[in-house]
Amino acid sequence: MNVVAKPEALKPKDYASDQEVRWCPGCGDYAILRAVQKALADIGAKKEKTVFVSGIGCAARFPYYLSTYGFHTIHGRAPSIATGIKITNPELDVWIVSGDGDSLSIGGNHLLHLIRRNVDVQFLLFNNEIYGLTKGQYSPTSRAGTRSPSTPLGSVDKPISPVAFALGAGARFIARGIDSMQKKLPDVFARAHAHKGASFVEIYQNCIVYNDGVFSNFTEKDVVANRQIHLEHGKPMIFGAENQFGLRVADGKLALEVVSIGEDGITEDDIVVHDETDRIMAHMLAEMQGADRPVAIGVLYCDPMASYEEGMQGLQARAEKQAMTHDLNELLRRGHTWTVEDA
Amino acid sequence: MSTISTVKKEVPVDAPRAELESAVVRFAGDSGDGMQLTGGQFTLATALAGNDLATFPDFPAEIRAPAGTTFGVSSFQINFGSHGIKTSGDSFDLLVAMNPAALKVELKGLKQSGIILADTGSFSDRNLRKAGYDGNPLEDGSLDAYRVIALDISQLTLDSVKEHGLSNKEALRCKNLWTLGFIYWMFGRKRKATTDWLETKFAKRPELAAANVAALNAGHAVAETSEILDGFQGFAIPQATISPGQYRAVTGAEAMAWGLTAGCQLAELQMVFCSYPITPASSVLHTLSTMAAFGVTTFQAEDEIAAACAAIGASYAGGMGITSSSGPGVALKGEALGLAISTELPLVVLNSQRAGPSTGMPTKTEQSDLYQSVYGRNADSPVCVLAARSPADCFDVGIEAVRIATKFMTPVIVLTDGYIGNAAEPWLIPDVAEMRKFPVNFEAETEDFHPFKRDPETLARSWAVPGVAGLEHRIGGIEKDYDSGHISYDPANHQKMTDARFAKIKGIADDTPPQKVDNGPEIGKMAIVGWGSSYGPISRAVDNLLAEGLEVSHIHIRNIWPLPKNLGGLLSGFDQVVVPEMNNGQMLTVLRSEYLVDAQGINKVTGQPFTIAELEEGVRARLGG
Repeated sequence: MNVVAKPEALKPKDYASDQEVRWCPGCGDYAILRAVQKALADIGAKKEKTVFVSGIGCAARFPYYLSTYGFHTIHGRAPSIATGIKITNPELDVWIVSGDGDSLSIGGNHLLHLIRRNVDVQFLLFNNEIYGLTKGQYSPTSRAGTRSPSTPLGSVDKPISPVAFALGAGARFIARGIDSMQKKLPDVFARAHAHKGASFVEIYQNCIVYNDGVFSNFTEKDVVANRQIHLEHGKPMIFGAENQFGLRVADGKLALEVVSIGEDGITEDDIVVHDETDRIMAHMLAEMQGADRPVAIGVLYCDPMASYEEGMQGLQARAEKQAMTHDLNELLRRGHTWTVEDA
Repeated sequence: MSTISTVKKEVPVDAPRAELESAVVRFAGDSGDGMQLTGGQFTLATALAGNDLATFPDFPAEIRAPAGTTFGVSSFQINFGSHGIKTSGDSFDLLVAMNPAALKVELKGLKQSGIILADTGSFSDRNLRKAGYDGNPLEDGSLDAYRVIALDISQLTLDSVKEHGLSNKEALRCKNLWTLGFIYWMFGRKRKATTDWLETKFAKRPELAAANVAALNAGHAVAETSEILDGFQGFAIPQATISPGQYRAVTGAEAMAWGLTAGCQLAELQMVFCSYPITPASSVLHTLSTMAAFGVTTFQAEDEIAAACAAIGASYAGGMGITSSSGPGVALKGEALGLAISTELPLVVLNSQRAGPSTGMPTKTEQSDLYQSVYGRNADSPVCVLAARSPADCFDVGIEAVRIATKFMTPVIVLTDGYIGNAAEPWLIPDVAEMRKFPVNFEAETEDFHPFKRDPETLARSWAVPGVAGLEHRIGGIEKDYDSGHISYDPANHQKMTDARFAKIKGIADDTPPQKVDNGPEIGKMAIVGWGSSYGPISRAVDNLLAEGLEVSHIHIRNIWPLPKNLGGLLSGFDQVVVPEMNNGQMLTVLRSEYLVDAQGINKVTGQPFTIAELEEGVRARLGG
């Protein structure tokens, strides 16, 4: 009997490059990097087939710290470059790493079209609600009133919700994570990776220098249980330290409301079961912001459809089948030509 | 379907036709009158008659301009003759005016005592008013300086197709074919190619084919049998001396699309053509979009920046990334170009120049993006720049752009313009199978690999493509260490990398042909230095001036950057250097700065190509009479 030696499975540290990581001490990016390395090991990613593409910003340094292929490009354009990579070689496994400014300000248009086309990539948006690399200006996800070097009296513009934006652009996979959830984050990335098409993941990431604690109202240890709901497909949406809360569709409204199980005759049967394929539900989950409802974490939406590359390959096959010739010389001689004879 | 016709050598004609060396015809009518199609058929018949030719379509910027208005006039000009035809002609000998607006717009280009063929049927009061005429110019004597053939072409067409049972509207649509038949007789052209074409085009509606053929024949018969002008027996234009071989008519946009495709095939690379629609560059995208079976992938991006970036992504992944636009779009691509320069990836950027600044005049031509190409980026960021000089030349330049981009791992900017893109000329079809291949060698050696390992000769960095185990690497727009490819902020290293990027581009001049003198002596009184689409008029002007006995030479530059190595020496052999350009003196600045030569410009920025006459005049003035 032949024994086929199984290649040694790669460990998370095998996905680290030899470059010194240079984020601020305590930056949430370290945790996300670890989670990505773990996810790559978990899914058995082939280093040579994996490409990390980034734009500009603190998060955009990410590719340098991985031992895969990497392309650190220009501000906001990573989706376009990734699209070029995928239409040229659909076999490559492409991840895009971006921040809130990179993806929703300067690169908003490209993110919109990456999602709309459903290019088969994983898009990781590190949302820290601030411009870090340029030293602390407010970003498109900063809450109104954010004081920053460019808005000393507080910002006026209203923030954009990344997941609502992605849904609006037609995303077929939307997930959310938090830098600090080291156990669950690799699984979210693995789910994003398993999805064919554009997978959009927002990660709340703490900027320790310019926006420290901006997410503390739902990430501090003592509020996590009551202020976050971790979604699981097919399971009722229950949360709370003692699983005492649940979500149901409010009477006469298309919105979710928090109810207490056991009060007012409410039982677990009244709680909505999470259906990842329900687009309307995804909208309602995306809308859950503010003090009265928990922040939805995990896979909000997953309903695959054909990817852009598949569409392109289909067109290519059709074109090749229909083509009357594949020979350029012959093409140049098609249509009306004439021959000049020797005098 | 392919149709191959043979140009027969010299068929003697009995009729005492007036012999002309060359002639220029302009077909002008309403956008709906089918003038481009008529011009295209006349071009084919003329090529089959063995004349050399050049054509230029001139259509309105408006998509569907209101009928009968001056801004809805669509024109097609053809210059043909027995000697080398280099331009579509300064002014025309025959103007076909299908309505008053066409006459109004085009009359200024007609030669003194030129011929006007006008359709009186469309010279109604209403149409005259729309064109801005108070009276009818065909009747008020204002055209006495010309020879006017005024016929009710509309009615004659209706009569000729009566038996085919078309609606009045459909029947009237045949009037361009009636007119074409008439013009065919005037120049002794054969009708067969057009009747064949009609029968193929309307194969599913034989009544339309038959009606159009009837109109064509009727127009021809009227011209032949009636005394259309006093003593006029038609023109004869002797055949040109044309190299033997198989020809076709080609526009610059087609030739560029095919050239780039050929280049990618010779490099053995998949072409990934990423573009965003813009006039006048879109026709290249349209042509390539039909060529998926030839290894061509096209991608219509969401904007110019995305188009450039997707092309860069394509090259990163091992394809030949190409992006295409016009000046304003190329401006948007500037930052991405910097990334391609910094990461030293091959990229072809096609710029079909148009009149600017800003939106400018999108359908009009100009050569004013030379500064943008050579200098127009932040930092020290040299690239290679090439310029095509004619529609057919686009094919060769397209191949050369791919060759240089892949051999030197650099962006190459290719300049054409609206004139070259739309104009057509006969093209001796090359044999792509016989061309020298230049296959790309992707990096395969994992030992001692780093992404900025350079070829000692070309200084090109190694092209390692994702998918290969052992070559995993990271690149980006941050400065790289010369010896490892890692991020580096080291001062001396930045100097070294800047110098390396500069030397690499400079070295392209060692790999490209030396500058030749196109016409005239190699040392002499005056060098007329052109580039790009002004080749036609400069070439003809220099021919004429040499024939007059003036000592002038024509130098035409394809390699805009780096300039050919011998160019400085060549220019120093002339007392005067004159640089005609359709801009305010951009190549002029480059030549003055590179060679400290006291060059003088002949500049024109009207959105129109140079005429031969104005170049001759400009040169004479500088020669001192």
